[in-house]
Amino acid sequence: MHRRLTLPQGLFHPQLHRLLLGISLAAALLTSTLSTAGEAQPMAKDPQVEQRLNHISEELRCLVCQNESLASSRAELANDLREEVRKLIVDGMDDATIKTYLVDRYGDFVLYRPTVKPLTWVLWFGPFLALVLGIAGMMLYLRARRAAQVPAAPLTDTQRQKVNAILNAGDAP
Amino acid sequence: MKKFLIPFGLFMVLIAFLAIGLKRDPKEIPSPLVGRVAPAFELATLDPAAPPFSPQRMRGQVWMLNVWATWCVACRQEHPLLVAFSRANQLPIVGLNYKEVQVQDRPQGVAVDAEGQLALARQKGGTWLQRYGNPYVATAFDLDGRVGINYGVYGVPETYLIDQAGVIRYKQIGVLTPEILQDRILPLVKQLTAAGG
Repeated sequence: MHRRLTLPQGLFHPQLHRLLLGISLAAALLTSTLSTAGEAQPMAKDPQVEQRLNHISEELRCLVCQNESLASSRAELANDLREEVRKLIVDGMDDATIKTYLVDRYGDFVLYRPTVKPLTWVLWFGPFLALVLGIAGMMLYLRARRAAQVPAAPLTDTQRQKVNAILNAGDAP
Repeated sequence: MKKFLIPFGLFMVLIAFLAIGLKRDPKEIPSPLVGRVAPAFELATLDPAAPPFSPQRMRGQVWMLNVWATWCVACRQEHPLLVAFSRANQLPIVGLNYKEVQVQDRPQGVAVDAEGQLALARQKGGTWLQRYGNPYVATAFDLDGRVGINYGVYGVPETYLIDQAGVIRYKQIGVLTPEILQDRILPLVKQLTAAGG
């Protein structure tokens, strides 16, 4: 749905090409500012509705630019969907119903916070499982290492005397 | 040797997952609409004399709903395939023109009413279909995109295969290719017509 700005390659003289590109860029900028300025706001801006709209659309994904929320996206579909959500709020639907309404049409993918269900268990609990497994593994490893360590046998009297002799000899200037 | 094999095995599993992830198209989102009854609508069509189009009218046959617009570059790409396919007369294709009249099409500062928008859309859509061929038995105009929202449209073109009972059986997001038509849609059509008698 993104309109792409394409110019036929090799048809124009490079300078003309650059000029055309400049003109079309300027035109694109101009129309985009004009369109936002000229766009009518069909609904009365009820601050309470707007607040709920913001709250809901923060948690919904824009499907065109998938890493943006519906609240922050400027894509046309996001505009339409915000308008739709606004209508639903005015109609008196609660947040959960509005989300179900969108999930019914676009799938779980519109939710930034996926619902907890068997299909998403790995997603929700996988990291904790990995943590528990990691801790268990580390404990097992440490225990095995400790068990493998043979405690050093205490020195006999003759050995002690030998050590002392060596140490004292080392001290002598 | 064993000590080396375990992390190596885990690493290979990770690589396998990443490789699968690379092959998948993040734009392809499974539609919850497949397996459900196609949402009802009633929209004016290209022919001003014809009654409004409703999916109800297509009950009893397998048909295709193709979402398109003249401003959609990718639609032009798949259009020859649709035209060729319509000539084969295997199933009716209905066009759902999505938001034909864009903001920049409207005269600045002049409010265009619904009637005016429809006239403009008919003119733009009709010219386009005359130039590139018309594969549609009917073309319905979804000017404000509300029907598109009900169908979960988020990128044009999109194509739906709908069965005799009005249930959506397949949804193609993006350009239709001969491979998809041959390998996925046609077998499904055959299966549905066989089942539906």
